[in-house]
Amino acid sequence: MEPVKGKLDVNHELTLKEFPYIIQWRDDRCKRCGQCTAVCPVKAIVPDLRVDRVAGSEGPIPNPSVTRRVTQIVKQVHDIDRYCVGCAMCSLVCPNEAITPEFNPNHKFLFYKNRAGDAYKRGGRRNDPTPSTLDQLKFTRISMLTDPALDAGRHEFHLRTFLGRILPPESMPLKAENGMLVVDKNSDIFIPPVREIYPIMIGSMSVGALSPPMWEGLAMGVAYLNEELGMPVVMASGEGGMPPRLLKSRFFKYFILQIASGYFGWDEIVRALPDMVEDPAAIEIKYGQGAKPGDGGLLMSYKVLKLISEIRGVPMRVDLASPPTHQTKYSIEEAVAKMIQSMSMAWGFRVPVYPKISGTKTARAVLNNLARNPYAAALSIDGEDGGTGAAYNVSMDKMGHPIASNIRECYLDLVKQGKQNELPIIAAGGVGKKGNLAANVAALIMLGASAASIGKYVMQATADCLGDENNRCNLCNTGRCPRGITTQDPKLYRRLDSEKVAERLVDVFKAADVELKKIFAPMGRSTELPIGMSDGLSAGNEEIARKLGISYVC
Amino acid sequence: MCRLAAITASEYFSPLENVHALETMKEGHDGSGMGLMLKSLGGFAENLKEYPALSGICSNDGLKTLDEFMSSRGWREVHCWEPDVKPLPQITRRDHYFTKFYEYPAGIKERPWEQKEALLLETRIALRKLGDKDESITVFSFYPDVLTLKEVGDPLMLAEYFGLEKGDLKAKIVLAQGRQNTNYAINLYACHPFFIQGIGTMTNGENTAFVPIREYLMSRGFPGYIGYQSDSEVFTHILHYTTKRLGFPMPYYKDVITPLKRAEMEGRPDKDALLLMRQSLRMLVIDGPNCIIGFTPDGTCFMVQDSKKLRPGAVGGVKGKYALMSEECGVDSAIPERDRAKDIFPMKYDFVMISPGAQEVKVWNQLKGN
Repeated sequence: MEPVKGKLDVNHELTLKEFPYIIQWRDDRCKRCGQCTAVCPVKAIVPDLRVDRVAGSEGPIPNPSVTRRVTQIVKQVHDIDRYCVGCAMCSLVCPNEAITPEFNPNHKFLFYKNRAGDAYKRGGRRNDPTPSTLDQLKFTRISMLTDPALDAGRHEFHLRTFLGRILPPESMPLKAENGMLVVDKNSDIFIPPVREIYPIMIGSMSVGALSPPMWEGLAMGVAYLNEELGMPVVMASGEGGMPPRLLKSRFFKYFILQIASGYFGWDEIVRALPDMVEDPAAIEIKYGQGAKPGDGGLLMSYKVLKLISEIRGVPMRVDLASPPTHQTKYSIEEAVAKMIQSMSMAWGFRVPVYPKISGTKTARAVLNNLARNPYAAALSIDGEDGGTGAAYNVSMDKMGHPIASNIRECYLDLVKQGKQNELPIIAAGGVGKKGNLAANVAALIMLGASAASIGKYVMQATADCLGDENNRCNLCNTGRCPRGITTQDPKLYRRLDSEKVAERLVDVFKAADVELKKIFAPMGRSTELPIGMSDGLSAGNEEIARKLGISYVC
Repeated sequence: MCRLAAITASEYFSPLENVHALETMKEGHDGSGMGLMLKSLGGFAENLKEYPALSGICSNDGLKTLDEFMSSRGWREVHCWEPDVKPLPQITRRDHYFTKFYEYPAGIKERPWEQKEALLLETRIALRKLGDKDESITVFSFYPDVLTLKEVGDPLMLAEYFGLEKGDLKAKIVLAQGRQNTNYAINLYACHPFFIQGIGTMTNGENTAFVPIREYLMSRGFPGYIGYQSDSEVFTHILHYTTKRLGFPMPYYKDVITPLKRAEMEGRPDKDALLLMRQSLRMLVIDGPNCIIGFTPDGTCFMVQDSKKLRPGAVGGVKGKYALMSEECGVDSAIPERDRAKDIFPMKYDFVMISPGAQEVKVWNQLKGN
């Protein structure tokens, strides 16, 4: 036997076949400008030299000779820490279409990425390119002859929903006086605050997770939608507060403030309270996130620069990890009832306060607890396909509950109690995952959601986020977002124009509005949002149909 | 689209008038059924007004079961009316069509009306459940001064079949529906008009919001909110829920089923109440094309449209007799002597109400609230 000592272990050297993306570079098209190697956010490609052996002959008589020619090339590195993420920024900048990454379905990335005992972290959402349940649902109850289909372009549609605890009809403090109903001012019944909003909400993405132009662009778009187009779209802040001047502005009413387990940003919010001229749309208490259930928030140090450290009230360049739970609370009564009441009290019970949880089998238990709490304004459930700026890969890929059946079970639980209109359920997580925003939202509403919340879709549609379910890009956690969406580096975020983001956001909502009408009109629905109209939905998969209590079609 | 013919009058008249009106709208019903609901009974029943009337259809066995059940609960039969059926080849005869008038069980008569009304409902539901399995008992209404008759077939033919021309059956309010069977299997319980505690309604249309409304009503914990073989039955129950359970004045039915938009509420003096209702009663908002015609316990008759007025509807007549029809030719048939220029075609904000005894027609406008 040969001695082990002195033997080289070459097993750590990977071939490109192990990599998730392999760079296809064309020698004949490349003009060696170097833009691709400069722009690559992970330095997966480098300029290099290649020596070619060229055999030739010159003169009238064959006289073979071999020469060596040195060629400048673009080379993909074999270092797993600099794996190509498939973002294709190289293709974007290449003037001559000489380079592009190609997905390698046989890659063995996860076998190698968790090195040095540090589990792989990333941004994005669950890596599963198969269609979600929502994308397998069809709208099959079409009004044909027995009732006229409506005209999406001409008829009036009421595409609005309510955010806030709604009193049951029997409890409304109304009394009849001379044949007219009036609100009984002497009644001691608490009328909870309720907002009429657009049924598609922008979900929690924090100021720290997003770059300044991205967050600002979304905020401007939301303000435009509300003020110019009369579409009451609301946007959640995510954990970490908001720019102080927004807290004190009249636009504040279009925003939902999130309080999460790290309580980041709340010093600033509480200080701004006396100067607020408007109440926020709502307060969201984050208990969970679909992308990383049971895990707390995580803003990595690369992103904690001056602005963020000021808003959040923390030093610069430190990892900001929120704990998985609100640690001062030890039970659902503590965590929910007291938090809801405390937050309600801060704004004089004028603002709806609701918890957000990740999709889970225990959602019904939470829901039933909230149903008994007259101050709980809603329940937001974030399914397994939700996105995040930073999480462990294993949390994103393997933890969580799909949103469709979670929503359906919760809604049917409320129906059993007759409370289906009292506690709105907000559905999130993978809405528009395949680009079918309106169809996914409509399906969720018909399964029982009062509204749907979107995050990743917004980033993709308004700023061309590159991330996908083949783990393309997903660099949100590194602060090196090549699109300038999730970075605090001015060199990167100058690639993004906030006004363009705002414009595209408005386009997204206007188009979704048309598509929602195009779905509801043929189903004969226009006067009210078809919440729980499960007879309009079908699935081409018997098991899905059975689980959701809808019809099976083929 | 089903065809509807309702007449309200100060004098008793035969339901044959309604059937003739239906005949003028014949292209709109396919003989899949007719329902007649009479209120303020005359003819043979003029002196039986105080006794609750149980209307239904039974097989021979079913009738035995029904009689046993009723007597075991202490109900004493005062009178039983059965139509003088003339067998026709086109109509499948059932064993017994009947309206039985009962004396209240001992000790009940003195109780408050609410308790008696609850007992009537409870008894009807119990009978319905008794006969549901083998379809031996079908009961449509159990209430004083209300009679219901339903069968599958062409309305004119059914009128002959039931011997309506004999003239012993009369009332001051008659709702008639000629059925155009669409979505659901022909089932007697799916046939309009529907009845609950003094409220009867019928609809032509398609309620596309049926399933969420059904789920909501069934979760209200009220025993009468069952059935729903037809999507139109919820209209009757919403009116019941609005006026009897919540105690809202009648016009608010319109605000429940087709609420105003937020901006439109500004013109209403009761906008604060409307805003609360808009939130709280969201699940009862109807959708699709619908024209609803009905009566309330006090004898008020009404017609109301969906939020876009996608179905026709006409109201016309003279003082003392008004017709509420799904088409104007029906009104022409029922009350030809009226001034047609005064006919009303309710639009999306209108709620037409005709006072008891057909004395006064009022068009309540939802935008104004009066």
